[in-house]
Amino acid sequence: MILASQMPAVHIHSGPIETWAAILTVAATAVAGDVLTAGAMRKIGDLDAIRAKAGLGGAVRAVTSSPMFLLGVLCMAVSFFSLLFTVSNVAVSLAAPASASLTFLGNAFAAKIFLKENVNRRRWMAALFVFAGVFLLAK
Amino acid sequence: MKHTLTPQRYLILLAVMLTASVGDTLLSHGMTQVGPVTLAHLGMLLAALRNPWVITGILCLLGFFASYLTALSWADLTFVLPSTAFGYVVVALLSKFWLHETITIYRWVGILLIVCGVGFVANGPSLTEHKPVLDEAAPADEGVVTGRAQ
Repeated sequence: MILASQMPAVHIHSGPIETWAAILTVAATAVAGDVLTAGAMRKIGDLDAIRAKAGLGGAVRAVTSSPMFLLGVLCMAVSFFSLLFTVSNVAVSLAAPASASLTFLGNAFAAKIFLKENVNRRRWMAALFVFAGVFLLAK
Repeated sequence: MKHTLTPQRYLILLAVMLTASVGDTLLSHGMTQVGPVTLAHLGMLLAALRNPWVITGILCLLGFFASYLTALSWADLTFVLPSTAFGYVVVALLSKFWLHETITIYRWVGILLIVCGVGFVANGPSLTEHKPVLDEAAPADEGVVTGRAQ
């Protein structure tokens, strides 16, 4: 979670296509990171049970030896650095809330498609409310 | 979808919310003490690592990642994410009451929307039940984990 107030206040004007391409890149890599991480944790299984059986070290080994998890962390890192790149070219008051909001909405779609989660009406409403709420809060 | 959470798992979700927001606020407070870091003065980052606020913030964020992964191991992504969003609300409230920052009307509306969003999923089931076809992969995965553990 990165706060808009923690971003460098650099305002270099770029065109609308470049602006939204950068914001979409941040959101898409963040969604990929979240979905890959969640998929990896689903495959690994209940960490509480693993920790009870194999201890904290066993749980850490189970997580860090998952290629899907490592790929997810890589995507999160790419998202973080692309956000830093974006806020150096786009007004932070647009880039931070727009990318955070799109990430929440994108995750709902990606979780339904790739993780086969049952995204029912309650969860869609939650995603939409959080999408709007994060945008206003981070603005 | 029949899964509901035990009190211990609600505590993990609470840790997800609090560690992220408290960690961010501590980092923000620490970095204002350290001063601006520029490409020409990257050594300032090492100085930041000696600041107790920054160190505590980093420890909180490590705690966040651990509790976030734990939550994802027994709950859906679309269940956990609204909880992480609630961290934004905690950050805003900490900013107002601890750092004495101003919260605009837009932010109050944002807080209200996120609280409503979290409310939509809070009482619902936490995990999607998959058909047995998908569950067949589970014993193999568990075997791998158990094998590594031994």
